[in-house]
Amino acid sequence: MINRIIAWLADVTHWQGDDGILRRLVEHMEYSAVALVIAALIAIPLGLYIGHTGRGRFLVVNAVGAARAIPSLGLLYLAFFWLAPRLSGEIAFLAPAGLVLVVLAIPPILSGAYAGVEGVEPAVRDAAVGMGMRGTEVMRHVELPCALPLILSGIRSAMLQVIATATIAAVLGLGGLGRFLIDGLASQDFPQTASGAILVAVLALAVDMVFALVQRSVVSPGLTGRYGKVSL
Amino acid sequence: MIRFDAVSKQFPDGTKAVDELTLEAPTGKITVLVGPSGCGKTTSLRMINRMITPTGGRIWIDDQDTAEMDEAELRRGIGYVIQHAGLFPHRTIAANIATVPMLLGWGRRKSEARALELLERVGLPANYAKRYPAQLSGGQQQRVGVARALAADPPIMLMDEPFSAVDPVVREQLQDEFLRLQSDLGKTIVFVTHDIEEAIKLGDQVAVLRGSGNLAQLSDPAQLLAHPVDDFVADFVGKDRGYRALSFQQSPQFPLSRESSVPLGATPAQAAAAARDGWVLVLDADRRPLGWIEPGRITAPVRPEMLARGGTVATAGGPLRNALDAALSSPSRRGVIVDDQGALLGTVRAYEVLAEIEERARPELDEADLERAGLRPVEETPG
Repeated sequence: MINRIIAWLADVTHWQGDDGILRRLVEHMEYSAVALVIAALIAIPLGLYIGHTGRGRFLVVNAVGAARAIPSLGLLYLAFFWLAPRLSGEIAFLAPAGLVLVVLAIPPILSGAYAGVEGVEPAVRDAAVGMGMRGTEVMRHVELPCALPLILSGIRSAMLQVIATATIAAVLGLGGLGRFLIDGLASQDFPQTASGAILVAVLALAVDMVFALVQRSVVSPGLTGRYGKVSL
Repeated sequence: MIRFDAVSKQFPDGTKAVDELTLEAPTGKITVLVGPSGCGKTTSLRMINRMITPTGGRIWIDDQDTAEMDEAELRRGIGYVIQHAGLFPHRTIAANIATVPMLLGWGRRKSEARALELLERVGLPANYAKRYPAQLSGGQQQRVGVARALAADPPIMLMDEPFSAVDPVVREQLQDEFLRLQSDLGKTIVFVTHDIEEAIKLGDQVAVLRGSGNLAQLSDPAQLLAHPVDDFVADFVGKDRGYRALSFQQSPQFPLSRESSVPLGATPAQAAAAARDGWVLVLDADRRPLGWIEPGRITAPVRPEMLARGGTVATAGGPLRNALDAALSSPSRRGVIVDDQGALLGTVRAYEVLAEIEERARPELDEADLERAGLRPVEETPG
């Protein structure tokens, strides 16, 4: 079995062409990236706002809890039957899939941003305001950088979930690595199915590593404890 | 000058944190607000830079009503030091100190240069500039907090229990350095503490508050110790008031007794020859006292571990309290008096210090308090 999977993956023809691995990989990353960016654009400002003002805290708690319980495939069909008649062309398929991914990605990012800002020590915020920072300056200079580790963790876990779930785009006849899963199952080509699953996992891990490096370079050493060499 | 004019703060739930407080913090002086917890001292402090908005009355800074100033600009012109320093964990020490200069648009280079200057000023080595707050001890963080508050050279500083979260030894060190700094800078400081000892040590004037920001007494520390206005203040100021008040009276030129001494390594015979009433003082090479020794009890040359070290040492011209304590704590009953370099000048006996204390006039009641107490002023007696 493992040999057959390796053979399938090693077959150069499987990597090329319009339905080859490389093409599917790019599609998969496109879907994931777009969904993640949209989710971040919604969830980060909202989380920062809620953390900064303390207003709407219940929203975070409830939304995050509820969203975890949403079955993605069910939501996908619901979104498809609702959106598809209102849209035309490829967008009628892309929009429902994207919606599912965005809905899935928002909760971890939202709770990360919110918890990050809310977790800023009261004395630190007090000092910032007391020294004459205005609301947006407190946010920009203090709350956002201090919340960054949790925001990035939120984005990372959202990203893992989105990459894993982006396979369902194939259910609507779209591309992405999900194609190999769906097509493999349909044609009982198990090496293809397994290869698809492996590719998704490898992609998720690879992107996670990239994010880890980004996190390391943008988060202040003062927060991570990675001070590096300090001359004494 | 900061002036509270019938300032009140009532919270939405009806509790009155501060009730019609009227108070003046003079320019260039340290005004300490002290009182039990819940007395409204922190609320009063935080109303000065409008971290809390008063519900009644006005607070003036010189001739400006703070209520009419822009909040952020008001705060940028006031140094603010809080209990746990509140340093920004993601910024280096230098960047922390440079916060207000950067907000004021001084530019990076000038702000950084200023930060380095202040780092030295508060007694931290220059290589701390690139460290992060988490790498510093609590006492060091508090120094950075003070440096950060001083960065833009504001004429006013507000300090909310800045030294209460560090251990007693470090606290005393920070207090001493704070006083030294203030004698150079002459800021108008409002300082909040719950510790009456700290208030008496640091304050040019001390405002004792009781529940809900009622001003119980506003006096300089010596006056506070000599004349608490009522039982509340007397209780709060605590015991040993007579003794503690001696901190505020300078010693005169005592008629010092010459004290013969020996160096470390002196033989028992040498020590015995120099001893008076069974005790002799041991000095180091710079004539600084190390401790007392009883020559009759030693059999070998004097070693450091033989010394009785219980005696304190008083500087000539320092507070009477130190001179008296030097005499009381000395194993030989002779109080050691040294010069500014710490070198031995001579010794003084407790009764000589006490005689001097009895010569001194006690601080007279303030005129306002005379009236309140229903007393008439003491008449000058001729001769």
